[in-house]
Amino acid sequence: MSQRQIELEVLRYNPETDTEPHFQRYSVLCEDEWVVLDALNHVKATIDPTLSYRWSCHMAVCGSCGMMINGEPKLSCKAFLRDYEGVIRVEPLAHFPIQRDLVTVIDDFVTKLRRVKPYLIPKEEKSIEAGEYLQTPAELKKYKQYTLCINCMLCYAACPEYGLVPKFIGPAAISLAHRYNQDSRDGGREARQQEIAATEGVWECSFVGACSEVCPEHVDPAGALQQVKIKSTIDWYQEHLMPWRNK
Amino acid sequence: METIRTDVAILGAGGAGLRAAIALAEANPGLRIALISKVYPMRSHTCAAEGGAAGVIKSDDSLEHHFNDTVGGGDWLCDQDAVDYLVQEAPKELIQLEHWGCPWSREPDGSVAVRPFGGMKKQRTWFAADKSGFHILHTLFQTSLQFPSIQRYDEYYATDLIVDDGRCQGFTAIEMRSGQMKFFQAGAVIVASGGAGRMFPFTTNGAIKTGDGMALAYRAGVPLKDMEFVQYHPTGLPNTGTLLTEACRGEGGILLNKSGRRFLQDYGMGPETPVGKPVLKTMELGPRDRVSQAFWHEQKKGNMVSTRWGDCMLLDMRHLGEKKINERLPLVRDMAVSYLGVDPVTDPVPVRPVVHYMMGGIDTDISAATPLPGLFAAGECACVSINGANRLGSNSLTELLVFGRRAALSAAAYLGAGVGAANDAALAARATEAQARLRELFERTGGTETIAGLRKEMMATMEEHAGIYRSGEGLKQACATLADLRRRYAAIELHDKTNVYNTDLLQALELGAMLDCAEAVTVSALARTESRGAHQRLDFTARDDAKFLRHTLALYRPEGAPAIDYRDVVITRSPPGVRDYSGEQK
Repeated sequence: MSQRQIELEVLRYNPETDTEPHFQRYSVLCEDEWVVLDALNHVKATIDPTLSYRWSCHMAVCGSCGMMINGEPKLSCKAFLRDYEGVIRVEPLAHFPIQRDLVTVIDDFVTKLRRVKPYLIPKEEKSIEAGEYLQTPAELKKYKQYTLCINCMLCYAACPEYGLVPKFIGPAAISLAHRYNQDSRDGGREARQQEIAATEGVWECSFVGACSEVCPEHVDPAGALQQVKIKSTIDWYQEHLMPWRNK
Repeated sequence: METIRTDVAILGAGGAGLRAAIALAEANPGLRIALISKVYPMRSHTCAAEGGAAGVIKSDDSLEHHFNDTVGGGDWLCDQDAVDYLVQEAPKELIQLEHWGCPWSREPDGSVAVRPFGGMKKQRTWFAADKSGFHILHTLFQTSLQFPSIQRYDEYYATDLIVDDGRCQGFTAIEMRSGQMKFFQAGAVIVASGGAGRMFPFTTNGAIKTGDGMALAYRAGVPLKDMEFVQYHPTGLPNTGTLLTEACRGEGGILLNKSGRRFLQDYGMGPETPVGKPVLKTMELGPRDRVSQAFWHEQKKGNMVSTRWGDCMLLDMRHLGEKKINERLPLVRDMAVSYLGVDPVTDPVPVRPVVHYMMGGIDTDISAATPLPGLFAAGECACVSINGANRLGSNSLTELLVFGRRAALSAAAYLGAGVGAANDAALAARATEAQARLRELFERTGGTETIAGLRKEMMATMEEHAGIYRSGEGLKQACATLADLRRRYAAIELHDKTNVYNTDLLQALELGAMLDCAEAVTVSALARTESRGAHQRLDFTARDDAKFLRHTLALYRPEGAPAIDYRDVVITRSPPGVRDYSGEQK
């Protein structure tokens, strides 16, 4: 098993003892197959127990361990050391306040998630005894991709709009609203529209597409945003040019 | 210390905790529900379950088949009244999830699809590709957001159950972002905090699975039941332990030794079935304990493929083809390629058995109530027991739904019957004691032990002596080592003495929980001088129904090893029989 000496440059910040964030260097002997998270765990266990970060599954599904790695938002459990040369710089996710070291405050995202009503608002009520709603594989496919979001917030860290306009609801939350809007069982689009078609909703997006590039699950939030924009535009025309259709 | 008053406090916001919260909110919108977890709900380990959830829905299946597969799979250590309840409620719960939007995979006609799984006589595993647990968790989490009565407290670590007047009345917890301790004062508490696989070094379990809730209940005097039964999943990636779901074999994947032989046929699971045409309940669709044990024997014979991460068998899925693998097992392919550099479309994947699931846990009855009034438990942290000595694959997701809801209904009924007035002064005194214990750890100086050091020794001991096969000699040694580690735990010293998001403190507390759970495992295992399901003794190789058709109860003692007691298994209609997974059985 081959090993490699890795230099990590990790952003440290403890609000109780530091006036501002600073970088700390760690030199770590790593297995060549390790991910950045393995290196951090090694630091925590053997060099510096005070280093704080979030992680759990180590299989890119719990969404805990998003960080900036050499300036790019990544899941540290899927950022392979073999893909990096030289010093690896690890920082907390951009655009979120730092709580401590690599741990960010994510209240804003959690609040926005709730705002878009990310749950099924059934088109027609059905009792449990009446069994499942039928949904063909083609109908499932229409929204399936948007169910894959793990709420890792890499897209928020990548989104230049969110950096500039923090009230922007943002890629993941809008994708999730779109996911339910596209579900054949759902009838809640109108209720969600109030949030996502508002000024801080979809219209803040300038379609840079960075969200889709960094998404570890290939959810394509940018695609969802564009679809929401098109549908909202159609709504506008229907409302203003064909008002009789609303009645 | 701030007191947060609530009607029901739920500890853990994974599948079971969320299901309980929703059931309470629906049952009585006036109830105040506090949902407390050391992580945000979507980080809970339910998200890592891949294969699916069992529930009878197809016309060729029956509740009786599901009952028999579960009871036989559990080597007759399941409580049969509880299994009846599970199989009856399972389809309703899975349909309920469908109504909440869970993206179950579908048949062409739009009905829900099911897939074959190990140890099952019929196809009854509902699935959402190979991210079933992820979709269940997110469906529950998102559904929970519509209930204003569910008040979430994310990233709080519970330290002590608060018991007064003979009943559980809440718990203390540290708010991670401030380091402050809070007292959640509740009429009833539901523990839904998951398993403890992190006691072992090689596990599918995420970092958060440290037995916290189990330890809390245990220290409060509730027995831990059947802790010796630890499930190895046969197919983990050899380097990281990442799970490759049983659905790999359900879809037709086969297991080979280094000569390319499907060796399961040599361990009572033959004769060989045609490649790519899996036959239910035999060969690669045998139960997890048997498949993992077969691996152990082949390894002893030198028949396994040696890799840099140790001996492996080969999971061959090439014959499934790229299209089916992408459609049914996309995560599996991604994991194998990313973490191991092996593409299952073109190459067999080296795998080895990996610690996956605790059959044992907090002692509850069929209504999810523990012997301590006011305390309920559900999910992996609990032991009802529907899993017996070996859980059938795809019963755990079902269990957390069925018994998560049941715990909620029981807690609501308990509150409805009226609980006595709380003695605020007594509760405050208990909470202050808990805080004092924490402060002692926090401020301790002159410590001689490290968290990482003790954790490593614990893991090594568990792996060496409490694995797939065990012996009296080894278990005795493990018990001694763990007793010593628990003693030495009192001499750890924190390096981090600040308040905000102190993971040094968190890991110290998690280690304390794991050490208690680990000791319960080894002491229970040493006392069970028989082989049953996932508990295999080299020195007692036969099942002994005369002596051990009983649940083990480990009772906490602050000093010294737990006391061991037993309780008879509930047998209603299926007397202990032979577990036959040979292809000739049907």
